[in-house]
Amino acid sequence: MWRRAWQGLSAIVAAIANWRFFKPAVFIACLMPAFVIAYELGQLFLWDQPDALGADPAKALLHESGEDALALLLITLCITPVRRLSGINRLQSVRRMLGVWSFVYAMVHVGFYLVFEQLCYSWQTCQVGAIGEDLVKRPFIIAGMVAFTIMVTLAVTSTSGWVRRLKKNWQRLHRLVYIAATAAIVHFIWIQKSDLSEPLRWGYWLAVLFVLRLYFAIRKRRETRPVTVTS
Amino acid sequence: MLIRIKTSADIPSSEITPEHVYRSRRDFIRVAAAGAVGAVAGTVLSGGGGGVDAQASLAALPNAKRNSAFVVDETVDPLTSYEQITTYNNYYEFGTRKSQPAQNAHILKVRPWTVKVDGLVNKPGDYGLEDLVDFNQLEERVYRHRCVEAWSMVMPFIGVPLSSVLKRVEPRPSATFVEFTTVFRQSEMPLWERAGIELPYIEGLRMDEALHPLTLMAVGLYGKVLPNQCGAPLRVHIPWKYGFKSGKSIVRIRLTDKQPLNTWQLQRADEYGFYANVNPTVPHPRWPQDREQRLPSPFKERKTLMFNGYADQVASLYSGMDLKKFY
Repeated sequence: MWRRAWQGLSAIVAAIANWRFFKPAVFIACLMPAFVIAYELGQLFLWDQPDALGADPAKALLHESGEDALALLLITLCITPVRRLSGINRLQSVRRMLGVWSFVYAMVHVGFYLVFEQLCYSWQTCQVGAIGEDLVKRPFIIAGMVAFTIMVTLAVTSTSGWVRRLKKNWQRLHRLVYIAATAAIVHFIWIQKSDLSEPLRWGYWLAVLFVLRLYFAIRKRRETRPVTVTS
Repeated sequence: MLIRIKTSADIPSSEITPEHVYRSRRDFIRVAAAGAVGAVAGTVLSGGGGGVDAQASLAALPNAKRNSAFVVDETVDPLTSYEQITTYNNYYEFGTRKSQPAQNAHILKVRPWTVKVDGLVNKPGDYGLEDLVDFNQLEERVYRHRCVEAWSMVMPFIGVPLSSVLKRVEPRPSATFVEFTTVFRQSEMPLWERAGIELPYIEGLRMDEALHPLTLMAVGLYGKVLPNQCGAPLRVHIPWKYGFKSGKSIVRIRLTDKQPLNTWQLQRADEYGFYANVNPTVPHPRWPQDREQRLPSPFKERKTLMFNGYADQVASLYSGMDLKKFY
């Protein structure tokens, strides 16, 4: 029964992945959260609806953009395991795009921090000293910055040119994405006051991905191990 | 849903002062006087009814006069709207998200309400609300409220000085601290297991802090009884301390000679102390405290003042103390 369910699911995923407009469709889907954020910013600053996001709009926007980035990062990390398990190679064609979109939302998230928390909407108001202090003294900011720095590096080196230039090292470098995801979840956990259920939900997802990686690594080692002949 | 039985003392919601009317003091007095003729102090016992929709049904407290000794300059500190105050709350028993208490706190039954008073007092016992708070002496005070999370609001509370409550139970001279316990009823708090903190919620004050004229035992907000998410039917408010010091929905007041272990200190002693005075020079380990976000502004642009701007009144309580050590 499980086998049939799996086959059915694979068939559906394959049909979607092989659709002519698969890539543009994923692109538009990734754009949706940006529209939502843009609309909310409009409510806040253009259309005079200061209550639309609740009493603390900055917190709402920071939370939302951070979750968008984290969700897209974890979806990106799902692509390879799902491809390997299902054999649908076309999935790979959207992995880079998903990763870059995750980076875009991480950038928006950092931008909101800079503008709302550190008043960097102008040079005069920007609290440069406070940012420096945050980066040195506050563990959750450090964890977030670790994640973000990795994501900047990976986004810059995501082009085909860099793939060619770095050769084997490209894959090694891009494995850092797991550190970025871990750091992002640690960042989320460390800002909580007591209830960890929300960040841990993402943590479980990441843990499953780690287990799958481990499974593939073990399988690969088994396959490549030379066959010893016993007499 | 809570079924409310109307009593003769209940004021129909149509006669309760809306916020925009309230904002103009003259209008408020006129409307309240018209709407509340014959309303006795007992009105407030109709309590904080249910849910966001039912907030309009909260009873009015028309005879609370504003005490001009405890107001703010509203050109600098304009009142935060009723809507914002009542939909953005930290009350973990009803959910850890700011919006959840407004959705869930209506389940709490705040009538009848008794407060157990024990410890070093001459008159221990179970007190009804009206036995502790003199509803004929209610006054309105506008207080700044600064959360340890670096946001702040300005709220018009109604209540009596905590000292007047304590006087009624006659603390013994040996009592040097007051401990407050917040209500904890699992059956009326569906999300309590998610709170992630020890319950019931405990807070405490040093005796001189408790007796300070600024320390308020609040029963109302914006001319009406407190909505449940704001700590109905009675809560402490200490405007020069971070918000978590101001315990909500008090069910027990214990006088003691030992410093109480308050919930957040128990949770993370390195981050939250007993005193928790608003202090821009002592950062929280995870974020600075020198600036705050005055809701609903998204920008953390307001400079936090020492003792939340009440330094001239309370700084002397702490003279000679190292406030970096006693945070």
